[in-house]
Amino acid sequence: MPDASTPVTELRSAPVPEPGPGDHVRGVHGAPFVVEYADFECPFCAAVHGRLAALAVRTAFRHFPVRSSHPRAWAAACAAEAAGRQGCFWEMHDALFADQGRLDDPHLWSRARTLGLDLDRFEADRRSDEVLDRVRRDFHSGVRAGVVTTPTLFEFSAGSPQRVDPDVFAQRLSPR
Amino acid sequence: MIAAGTPAPDFTLKRADDTDFTRADLEGKTTVLVFYPFAFSPVCTDQLNLYEEVLSDLHARGATMYGVSCDATWSQTAFKESLGVTIEQLSDFEPKGGTCRAFGAYHPEGFPQRALVIVGPDCIVRWSYQAPSPDDLPGANLIFDALDA
Repeated sequence: MPDASTPVTELRSAPVPEPGPGDHVRGVHGAPFVVEYADFECPFCAAVHGRLAALAVRTAFRHFPVRSSHPRAWAAACAAEAAGRQGCFWEMHDALFADQGRLDDPHLWSRARTLGLDLDRFEADRRSDEVLDRVRRDFHSGVRAGVVTTPTLFEFSAGSPQRVDPDVFAQRLSPR
Repeated sequence: MIAAGTPAPDFTLKRADDTDFTRADLEGKTTVLVFYPFAFSPVCTDQLNLYEEVLSDLHARGATMYGVSCDATWSQTAFKESLGVTIEQLSDFEPKGGTCRAFGAYHPEGFPQRALVIVGPDCIVRWSYQAPSPDDLPGANLIFDALDA
């Protein structure tokens, strides 16, 4: 029987959401726009991150952590969101991808310290329901859009969003 | 592939503890059977990892998910423990593929198709899906489309 204590989340198929104010967006204005579903513990995501960083592209990052593949993926995603609450989402994003072998709590605190974050606030935020819900929102939007693995990229540059192969997409881009 | 509206066939699978899992175990609950080709293969790994992440959402709908393959129970248990997933595994090892054939989910090259079957509490198939190829991973959204229809 259904567990009445568990809220039922809408997970039926839906188009990938348009990038909006709730997204983390950066990159070159006017460049091809891509929404990336990724996981900070995924080595393929780190490789794509490194490749796109050198190219003229505009990116929206969405969380797609899968904990049985990557046990620290949710913690890392929440750390990035907590850093974002102090204006440092992208700095934490880059710091996480730069060293995927160090994602335990002390490593997250160390990054927060290096970025000059308020550690008490960082610690409270990364464990908060609000941050968890923010990560879940991205994950659920990916599930509904049929994302099955990371990294998954959707290009929004022309008309309706198109799923693109990261390598093929990167080959079309100019150097930054 | 078995069609929606069809009564589930009689079948026998083995649980990890070597007890039988049969049609009678489908009665009274909604069951999601995930037929997958091979333990430890890349797409099957991604598939179980992804479905594990939405398992609480399946439970919230009163559904129970099982993985089904022709691997031996020992291999399935090693696979499950290696991934760290909780989805119970059911073995169609001997006679090899007997249950897969009964559900129309047996690949001609001797392994399960990548297929999903939802069976209602009345043992009637509510929905079935076979991936275009074993290399294609069906999104979890397809399962929720069927459960929430």
